Amino acid sequence: MSDIQINIHSKNYPAIGQASHHKAIKDFKLLLRSGEFVCLVGPSGCGKTTLLNIIADLDKDYEGEILVGFEQAQPKIGYVFQNPRLLPWRTVRENLELVLGSDQALVNIDHLLEVMQLTQSQHVYPERLSLGMSRRVSIIRAFAVDPDVLLMDEPFVSLDAPTARQVRELLLRLWQDRSHTVLFVTHDLREAIALADRLIFLSAAPMRVITEVTVPVPRADRGDEKAIEVFRQQLLNDYPEIKQLL
Amino acid sequence: MKFSKKGLPVLSLLVLLVVWQVMAVFLSSSLLPTPAVVAKVFWRECESGQLPYHLGVTLLRLVVSFSVAMLLGCALGIVFGRNKQLDAFFDNWLVIFLNVPALVTIILCYVWFGLVESAAILAVVINKLPNVIVTIREGTRTLDQDLLDMARSFHFSRRKTLIHVIWPQLHPFVMGATRSGLALIWKIILVVELLGRSNGMGYQLHLFFQLFDVASILAYTIAFVAVIQLIELLILKPLDKKSLRWRR
Repeated sequence: MSDIQINIHSKNYPAIGQASHHKAIKDFKLLLRSGEFVCLVGPSGCGKTTLLNIIADLDKDYEGEILVGFEQAQPKIGYVFQNPRLLPWRTVRENLELVLGSDQALVNIDHLLEVMQLTQSQHVYPERLSLGMSRRVSIIRAFAVDPDVLLMDEPFVSLDAPTARQVRELLLRLWQDRSHTVLFVTHDLREAIALADRLIFLSAAPMRVITEVTVPVPRADRGDEKAIEVFRQQLLNDYPEIKQLL
Repeated sequence: MKFSKKGLPVLSLLVLLVVWQVMAVFLSSSLLPTPAVVAKVFWRECESGQLPYHLGVTLLRLVVSFSVAMLLGCALGIVFGRNKQLDAFFDNWLVIFLNVPALVTIILCYVWFGLVESAAILAVVINKLPNVIVTIREGTRTLDQDLLDMARSFHFSRRKTLIHVIWPQLHPFVMGATRSGLALIWKIILVVELLGRSNGMGYQLHLFFQLFDVASILAYTIAFVAVIQLIELLILKPLDKKSLRWRR
């Protein structure tokens, strides 16, 4: 796996009807090192989803470049959307098998289902799943394609606290198992600290990087809410400008 | 009184038969034969092989023209629904073809291409096609962009996207076009046969009309309606059930 360099000079939305011209991203630079878990933290509406869509090649209308290694290329993406976006007319297992190319093995899926505790529900249609389960399926789907970079767009939003914690722990277990490069979007600082190697703080639109911080809390202590809270307070004291963002 | 869900349709059919019988007896005219007379004619025509033959010919035309219209209509409907420029260009054509009377297309097809089988099929297809295109186009416009984005970000091939993402969403629209299509097509086919073929239901009905043979007309009609009901019951309903089993 190679490092991924993202340079976006500008991304604008043209004026449509009543909505005026909108500058979403300006001079944004980010280096994702191989196997790193990076959290983007910023106010809602600042352009985080826009950024993920650009990286996923869903949005081609921007100025800039994405480099994999040293070449301009499209990295292989596993995308966990804000809503799970499962095909309701296919079972959980069919949803997972669909994203695999013909060259990829199916064995993979059994293991992923096992880790995410979904083996029981693999032949169920998504409408029968709870939101937490659907989210887990969509996380498995992203892991299943063995991506260069995993994009996660607030995948735990609107889950109740215990469910969110459970899915978070399962996600970490999966990530440590596989060690993919992850780009994780959130506006919850505690969640970001619990998950990330590195935090990137973003400004309101037009979005740019304000500051970045490496999380010193050892992986073993990430389950400890006190340790996370201590680091959060320290962050807010050291970087007062963060407070306005959240 | 309470009837079970299955009893009610049977009862309504019985009432219809009774009304028919009473009217026929009351009028006692050869222009409205009793159900018993019609049943006798029906049996006679079946035994002679006339009814099965003409019914078969008409059904064959129905299957061919319906398949062509649905296939072309679905393909074009999806294309127009996805491509705004093509849609803007062809929209006028659609409106024109939607509003040309069926009789005009039938006559023109026979005049231009002769009284041949292909002209008959073409006339039916032209009548049905714009309907299918418009229905499927509306369906395509309502496709869920979130799911399409998902398919793109996971690099689904065009084929995979069509089968697993687009088609299931279009299913209700396709079923709608199928049902309204069957009803429309078989009526048009009868006219096509009446005007320019020497077999099929339409041709036979025309013959009975000239002889004022109402019993035969009713016998053929009942046979045809029964067949269409069977198609609904044995093909369309199970299809519906199968493709909607994912719903809660």
